[in-house]
Amino acid sequence: MPEQLVFAMEVFLNGLMAGVLYALVALGFVLIYKASGIFNYAQGVMALFAALTLVGIMDGQVPFSHLINAVFGTEIHHFGWHLPALLAIVLTMVVMIALAWLVNHFVFRHLVNQEPIILFMASIGLAYFLEGMGDIMWGADIKKLDVGLPQGINSAIDEITFGIFDYGFFIDNLDIVATGIAALLVVGLVIFAQYTKQGRAMRAVADDHQAALSVGISLNYIWVMVWSLAGFVALVAGIVWGTKSGVQFSLSLIALKALPVLMLGGFTSIPGAIVGGLIIGVGEKLFEFAIGPMIGGATENWFAYVLALIFLVFRPQGLFGEKIIERV
Amino acid sequence: MFYREAGDFKTSYAEDSQTFPIKFDRYRYYAVLVIAFAVVPFVINDYWVNAVFLPFLIYAIAAIGLNILTGYCGQVSLGTGGFMAVGAYACYKLMTSFPEVSILIHVILAGGITAGVGVLFGLPSLRIKGFYLAVATLAAQFFLVWLFNRVPWFYNYSASGQISAPERTVLGVPVTGAETAPWAAYLVCLLFVTASALVARNLTRGMAGRKWMAIRDMDIAAEIIGVDPLKAKLSAFAVSSFFIGIAGALFFSVYLGAVEVGEAFGINKSFLVLFMVIIGGLGSIFGSFAGAAFLVLLPVFLKNLLVGGLGWPTDLAAHLEFIIVGALIIAFLVAEPHGLAQLWRVAKEKLRLWPFPH
Repeated sequence: MPEQLVFAMEVFLNGLMAGVLYALVALGFVLIYKASGIFNYAQGVMALFAALTLVGIMDGQVPFSHLINAVFGTEIHHFGWHLPALLAIVLTMVVMIALAWLVNHFVFRHLVNQEPIILFMASIGLAYFLEGMGDIMWGADIKKLDVGLPQGINSAIDEITFGIFDYGFFIDNLDIVATGIAALLVVGLVIFAQYTKQGRAMRAVADDHQAALSVGISLNYIWVMVWSLAGFVALVAGIVWGTKSGVQFSLSLIALKALPVLMLGGFTSIPGAIVGGLIIGVGEKLFEFAIGPMIGGATENWFAYVLALIFLVFRPQGLFGEKIIERV
Repeated sequence: MFYREAGDFKTSYAEDSQTFPIKFDRYRYYAVLVIAFAVVPFVINDYWVNAVFLPFLIYAIAAIGLNILTGYCGQVSLGTGGFMAVGAYACYKLMTSFPEVSILIHVILAGGITAGVGVLFGLPSLRIKGFYLAVATLAAQFFLVWLFNRVPWFYNYSASGQISAPERTVLGVPVTGAETAPWAAYLVCLLFVTASALVARNLTRGMAGRKWMAIRDMDIAAEIIGVDPLKAKLSAFAVSSFFIGIAGALFFSVYLGAVEVGEAFGINKSFLVLFMVIIGGLGSIFGSFAGAAFLVLLPVFLKNLLVGGLGWPTDLAAHLEFIIVGALIIAFLVAEPHGLAQLWRVAKEKLRLWPFPH
């Protein structure tokens, strides 16, 4: 088998893995967009905030220590404990649920029936707010996150592929675990949406929130729940991405990676987010591999967008999006 | 009392359809122009020009441009940073290729080139709508920034990858480069802002603007009554990009002098200008100015207050600034989704009845 083809296969596999990570972020977008029509730009920053909080709780950092020290002239930084990862994750989830309540109570509850662009702007405002909040609570330095996910080259795949092609594929263990987590998450979300009472209520709200209100579903409750779910997805994404590249500001930029995934898959479809993620992941890795070196490299920044753009010209609602019906 | 149409008789059709039908408004407008052109240049210093006036004026042009596209024509764009970069690089290439031509002409030509690029990236808007379009315009943002970073021809093969503006003069006075006097830079920008606002105002209340607004309100209905969506949308993209290109050219040549594309024209710039338009008020030229002023002054004010006034560390102040800007944006949207322009309109309505509102 020609060498280039083997390399391309490795790139393809890595692209699939990267795509899963994009899909993780895109899932949070889809959840909120479906249930409340808000295009939540803050999803990426929520992932960053969740990861920062997780690290902070695990290491026993004092929240706002920087601010407190500046105002009162004290010198406090740590509580001096280290919590186990699982407990810290649960506590972080509590914080994310509190955040969901705050967001609904102070922001989006007041913006019901506003134009989508206004909601979008509010979510960008929220992103700014959370970004500053995360930094001021936990400090802006790059942190290491280790909740016990395996990392490094997967030796089994390395050996098997070496046996077949005389060339060992480099596949990160973390990516494999992430794929498993993403699959679990999607299955869990689908089961939740299809078979639980709350899930049904959520779908009712997504379908028509006035009708849902009239049959006695509490909109505020559903919205807080959806934002909590999105917070949970953000936490998972934050853990995976944070383990991969450290918890730092650039984590919030993964939102920008998720946008073309959404466009491709359709804003309203959970399977679309997964399939879109895979297509984008594979597409951009293969493009960078095959064409990138010829035109100066670093094409990953824009390729996904251009791919999604060209795709949308032929199918404006994305792969799995609801058909856009226009009435006058 | 003084703010009435009463007694101000219109005797011709032109007078009847002027921008400021109320006499007080008209005089206020002339007064602002006179102060801006004849008083401010004599009293401002370097700090005020660079921290407040230049960014305000340049962002006002960009906000007018984006407002035409988003506020009047209803096409949300997140590619503003990319289009500003086109303006900046077009201006740079023109300045270095034709040094003998006036910088003013270069800036306008840069706007024209940006208009062409804008039309190109506006083409998908005929098929894609709403948020799908907003995200699609991000393709322009990322692709253009990447292009200017990676193709050495655009930055004349300079080692640093930066572009820096050579010295150019208008009427013998340097307006770009290191020797620029603050008042000269200010006047050049002011000239472009005034011209842009005039053109934009008159475009938006003429046939073109009405077509854009028809498309914004409902594109299918607009098509049925005879508005060609192709022409209307693409002309909105062209005009909008033209202004944004001018803003980018001025931002690079007059304001910064040297730019690195990813830093100066990144995605944050797109969001910033969009914020200005939203906070100022969609579909209002005055709103573009108000929004630009608000978002330029706010960080300056916060920085002076927190670092200068309270003596906090700069990084802490920077984080707090994020929080405050974010919270203010949200508070604004909750309290007045139609922006500062709406507050202005309400104030004017009240003033017309004052002091006898019943």
